[in-house]
This record gives sequence, C-alpha cells and structure tokens, in this order.
Amino acid sequence: MSKVIALMGDQAAAEAMRQIEPDVLAAYPITPQTEIVMTFAQFVADGLVQTEMIPVESEHSAMSACVGAAASGARTMTATSANGLALMWEIVYIAASTRLPIVMPVVNRALSAPINIHCDHSDSMGARDSGWLQIYCENNQEVYENIIMAVKIAEHKDILLPVMVCQDGFITSHAVEGVKVYNDKQVKDFIGEYKIRHSLLDVDNPVTYGPLDLQDYYFEHKRQQSEAIKNSLKAIPEVFAEFKKHFGVEYDFIETYRLDDADVAMVALSSTAGTTKVVVNELRAQGKKAGLLKPRFFRPFPKEKIVQALSGLKAVAILDRSESFSNQGGPLFTEIRSALFDESKKPLTVNYIYGLGGRDINTEQIKSVFVDLEKIVKEKRVIESINYLGVRG
Amino acid sequence: MKEKGWEEIPIGGVIDKAGSAAEYKTGDWRTFKPVRDEEKCTHCLLCWIYCPDSSILVKDRKMVGFDYDHCKGDGICAAVCPVKCIKMERE
Repeated sequence: MSKVIALMGDQAAAEAMRQIEPDVLAAYPITPQTEIVMTFAQFVADGLVQTEMIPVESEHSAMSACVGAAASGARTMTATSANGLALMWEIVYIAASTRLPIVMPVVNRALSAPINIHCDHSDSMGARDSGWLQIYCENNQEVYENIIMAVKIAEHKDILLPVMVCQDGFITSHAVEGVKVYNDKQVKDFIGEYKIRHSLLDVDNPVTYGPLDLQDYYFEHKRQQSEAIKNSLKAIPEVFAEFKKHFGVEYDFIETYRLDDADVAMVALSSTAGTTKVVVNELRAQGKKAGLLKPRFFRPFPKEKIVQALSGLKAVAILDRSESFSNQGGPLFTEIRSALFDESKKPLTVNYIYGLGGRDINTEQIKSVFVDLEKIVKEKRVIESINYLGVRG
Repeated sequence: MKEKGWEEIPIGGVIDKAGSAAEYKTGDWRTFKPVRDEEKCTHCLLCWIYCPDSSILVKDRKMVGFDYDHCKGDGICAAVCPVKCIKMERE
C-alpha cells in the first residue's frame, strides 16, 4: 500500500502534487523551490498528470492565474520562496479574502537584501496576517503528508482558505530522506472531489468575483475571514482524523516531545525542531527535564494547545527564524508570550532569533539555550528577553 | 435597503446573482441634477447614447425623463445635447 523512497523535500512536495493532480498549477521557479516546479513540469511532460500547467512570467502572475483558476472551481496549486512570495503579495491577500482554497508549498528562504538564497522564515512570517493558513514541516515526510492534508483543509466547507505548506529551504528542500509514499489511489480517495459553490464559469448561475466593497460591507467580509480562521481550529481535527483513518498516521496542531514532565522547553518550527530533539535526548540522559514544543500550524494559531502544553513549565525558550524588527521579539515569541499572558500559572519566556540567511543552527547552540534556561529557572527571572543566537558580536 | 450582517452575506465578496447593480442606488452621489426643457427637446436620444449609467428613460423612442435613483449627475447629457435643452441644477 505504501513504499519508502529517497526524496528531497522539494521532490516530496512534487510527489504529493503528482498524486493530488491539481486541475491547474501556475508557478514560476525560484531557488530553493525550483525543484518542485521542475519535477512537476517533468510529470506534466511525461503525461503522468492531466494538470493544466501555466508557466507564468512572474509570481504576481502565478498567484493571479491561481485566483482565476480557483474562482472557476479548479483545484489549484502553486509553489514559491522568498522574493517570489514577496512579488505575489498583493494577490496573496486577494486569494485569502476571496476565500479560494489554493495550496502553496513555500520553501522558506531569506528575503533580500543583501541577497541570500538560504533558509529563514522571513518570507512566510511576513505573510502571517494575509489570511492564509500556514503549516510548518520538520522533515520531508511531513512535507509530503502536510501537502496532501492541506488540500482537504483548504477545501473544507467551514474553512475555504488558502494554505501555505512551509519547509526549510535547502535544509529539507535539498536533503534526501526516506519518505513513505502512499499509493496514488489512497491519496485520491483521501482528498476526494472538490466542488466549488460559486463557479465563475457557471454561465447558468452567473456570479461576480472581486467586486468593489466599500465602507458598507468590507468590514463584514473581514469578520467572515476571522470566523473562518476560528472555525478551522474545529474543522482541521476532522481532517487529522480522516488522515489517520486512511493512512494510520496521527497529526495534531502541535507536536510535543518529552514535554509532559519537563521543567524547561524549547519552542521551534520546522527542521530546527528535529535538531532540538537530539539535544533533548542528550539532556534527558543527563537527568535534565528538558522538552520540545513544535507548533505545526502557525495559522490558525493553536492557542489553547500551546498554552496547555507550556503553562506548567518553569521556563521556555522560543526560537524565531525571522526578525520582525518590533523590538519585541520574533513573531512566534510575541504570539506565544501573548497567549500565555492571561494564565495565572505560566513559564518565564525568552526569545532567541537565530539562523537568519541560512546561518547554521547546531546542537551546541541549542544546548547553550538550555543552559540559559537553567539559569533563568535558578534566578527566577529573565535578564534579556530578546537574544540573537549564532550571530557574531 | 437594510444592510446585512456578516453571517447573512456570501463569503469572499462574491455576488451570487446577476444584475444586482441596479439595486445599488447611486443617485445620492449627485451634486447637480439634470433638468430637461420638454419644449426644446427633439428626442434625438444622443443623451441616451452617451449616458454611462443608463439613466435616460425612453418610451416609444422618446426621451421621457431621468432615472434619478441611478443618475450620478455627471452632466454628460447636458454637454452632448445639441439643442441645449438639459440644464444641470444644484440639488
């Protein structure tokens, strides 16, 4: 029913997309996403998929084509990275506001300038207020499975929002791992058919997409979007349950690792969570009660799950692979700290901004964060809330 | 028209029926309104051709008045009228 094959993260994304076989894929290649588009284009050329592939002239056009295709009722996908996402910006918001369930793998890469092609989360974190859902993947297996799940999440009748499936540029996108791939029929059975409620091409029931919406109704449409995000917290677990039924694999909004009896923990997205697990195991072998929380979803922000997982701890280090220039820490830190604020019992929190522009994050650096946490617990206070991990000073 | 709440309208800003723009009364945008001297009017219907808001009312090939619910008062009818029978008057 399934087989394990060696795939790079980008190829794992393309393999999921082959099995999903979207009606339309409009994309422009950009490092480190290129191999997704390249691999998928080969599938199209080889006749393995019936997808209408639109090789557009820019990412602004890619997302525009996706909006048009999705409004017609086509199951629609694209993929991008960094500056490509930045160029899409205007239409990224339009896709979400128009409630089009487009699925977009994002291979996280630093935004220019200076120009850099390596991993950080400044691209997708910048889009955190765009109304898209965001899933962050630790490894290639999660890339593959999250993209399949994203289709069903995006198209859920109580959600109808586009989804970004993020993975770390080069770190997973170009690293070969064994990926358990299900057979095509299993995937097709899971995702099922998609039928749009109001198709732009349904001439018997004509509708208008993207009309002018001024002081009288714009606010109501934004309120609907907030509700969709709130609904997604209830609807996504239905997709998790169905995924488990079809594939036997359990997913949740967050993953906790040796956290139940922990005193201190780290919060990290994507591949850094994997590196942290190694450190947690080493510390546990020394008798230290260390743990990890890996949020899989940043949008919707799984507040209750995160609060429940962290509130009993003594100190928590939250790692951000992007800088928000707010002087209040990175986006993960500010949102988690805010989520904990109203709790009577809560841990001390400290932020580490790390890995910008693909700067390596290694086990020694992560260990140093746990050493800091021990000190924070001992002194019962945080001396420096916002820290920069791995930058030369 | 009573404005609807967020739970009552289609999502995504979709307008789910055609021709609904007629329900949107743009007449209150007007500062100047067109007024016609019926005696002078030759019913050439140039105003009907030029009006961008379909606000010239015509019956049996004759100009019979203005749709003040939708006329925005742009004054195009007055400008194109060859016999100057339309005047723009302040509301």
